[in-house]
Amino acid sequence: MGIRFSVWALEAWAVLAKDLQSEFRTWYALNALLMFAVTTLTMVSFSIGQFAVNSAVLAALFWVVLFFSAMSGLARAFIREEESGTIQALRLAADPNVVFIGKLAFNLVLLALLELVVVPLFVAFMGMGVANVGLFFAVLLVGSLGLVGASTIIAAIIAKARAKGALFTVLSFPVLLPLLVTAIRGTKLALEGSALADGMPELRLLASYLVVMVTASLLLFPYVWNE
Amino acid sequence: MLSLELRDLTKRYNRRRVFQGLNARMQGGESMVVTGPNGSGKSTLLRLVCGLVRPTGGQVVVTVGDRALSPIEARDHLGLVAPDLALYGELSGLENLRFFARVRGLRVAEEDLQGLLRQVGLEGRDDDMVAAYSSGMRQRLKYAFALLHRPSLLALDEPGTNLDDAGRAMMAQVIARQKAAGGMLVLATNDPQEVSFGDQVLRLGP
Repeated sequence: MGIRFSVWALEAWAVLAKDLQSEFRTWYALNALLMFAVTTLTMVSFSIGQFAVNSAVLAALFWVVLFFSAMSGLARAFIREEESGTIQALRLAADPNVVFIGKLAFNLVLLALLELVVVPLFVAFMGMGVANVGLFFAVLLVGSLGLVGASTIIAAIIAKARAKGALFTVLSFPVLLPLLVTAIRGTKLALEGSALADGMPELRLLASYLVVMVTASLLLFPYVWNE
Repeated sequence: MLSLELRDLTKRYNRRRVFQGLNARMQGGESMVVTGPNGSGKSTLLRLVCGLVRPTGGQVVVTVGDRALSPIEARDHLGLVAPDLALYGELSGLENLRFFARVRGLRVAEEDLQGLLRQVGLEGRDDDMVAAYSSGMRQRLKYAFALLHRPSLLALDEPGTNLDDAGRAMMAQVIARQKAAGGMLVLATNDPQEVSFGDQVLRLGP
């Protein structure tokens, strides 16, 4: 069992390393993610930056920017394999769950890079003050993991469709709605300076969402991948 | 020893019937050529054998000894060269092989990967990006990809596509080695020269 897990981990690492190597040579997904994030952030900042915005609106805007930026880039991990025709070689060579975990890790790296840009820019452009930094980053971490978990399996499902971009957002929205509502609530608490204990219900809900989503994805993915 | 059996195999795409009720059986050391007009389902049959598409009816059964393998297990024993199979253009030939070796869980020495590239005639081009390869070089790299894990069953769809004379000689050598090693070979082709590589011929279509 231990040996099998370490073999899986090594193979998933190979998928992640290959995707990162490809990405940093082509900037295929990162360009889309960053351009969308910066454009949206600039538009939001110009349209409402001069008004005094309360913490609930700031938290909502923050997650809306993250959600739509993620939607513009996270689907590409599978779409790229499908469009370039490499998906067949990958299906012949790799265990489905290894591919899923590798792609999940790749999307997580992409989202982390996106957040490295978006969080400071959002704080600077929107004047977002974070009163409880620990709770803010805890919500951001668990929320991002859930966002990546859900969007990776949806990306695999829509990769063969024609209207991929539109379908990805439309399918993702209802699946991600509970996560977004909870993450917005948790972020609002962090902005207002609530204690970590006050944010625990939101963190527990986000963690449960993550576990359910990743478990369901691992069970579902082999069928999506082999169909 | 690996064996392959097609049991009453049927494939339809929506309402269009590609083929129906195919039966065939092969064992190690045997080779089969699939011929037929365009659209008769030659490539589809090879994709079915490799588990890349599901049959509408019937079964593709790959067995080792008495044990039938699942489609995912069977892939460890199959190698495919096909026109619509692509490798990563933004990686070099060597990086492609290194990645596929790792993802298959194989520990292949760097010299062996380079040796494989030499075997298919890509020596000196190891570090060039595949996007910069000619179509013939990409076809050669597909052979290296298919041979990487020393498969017992080699499925070759239009195997001479884009290959020059030297490339065709390499292809003939790969086929001869596969037969000599007691492996199985399934070729989909209409090229009379390639048809001669098969012990049995399965003709599809009208």
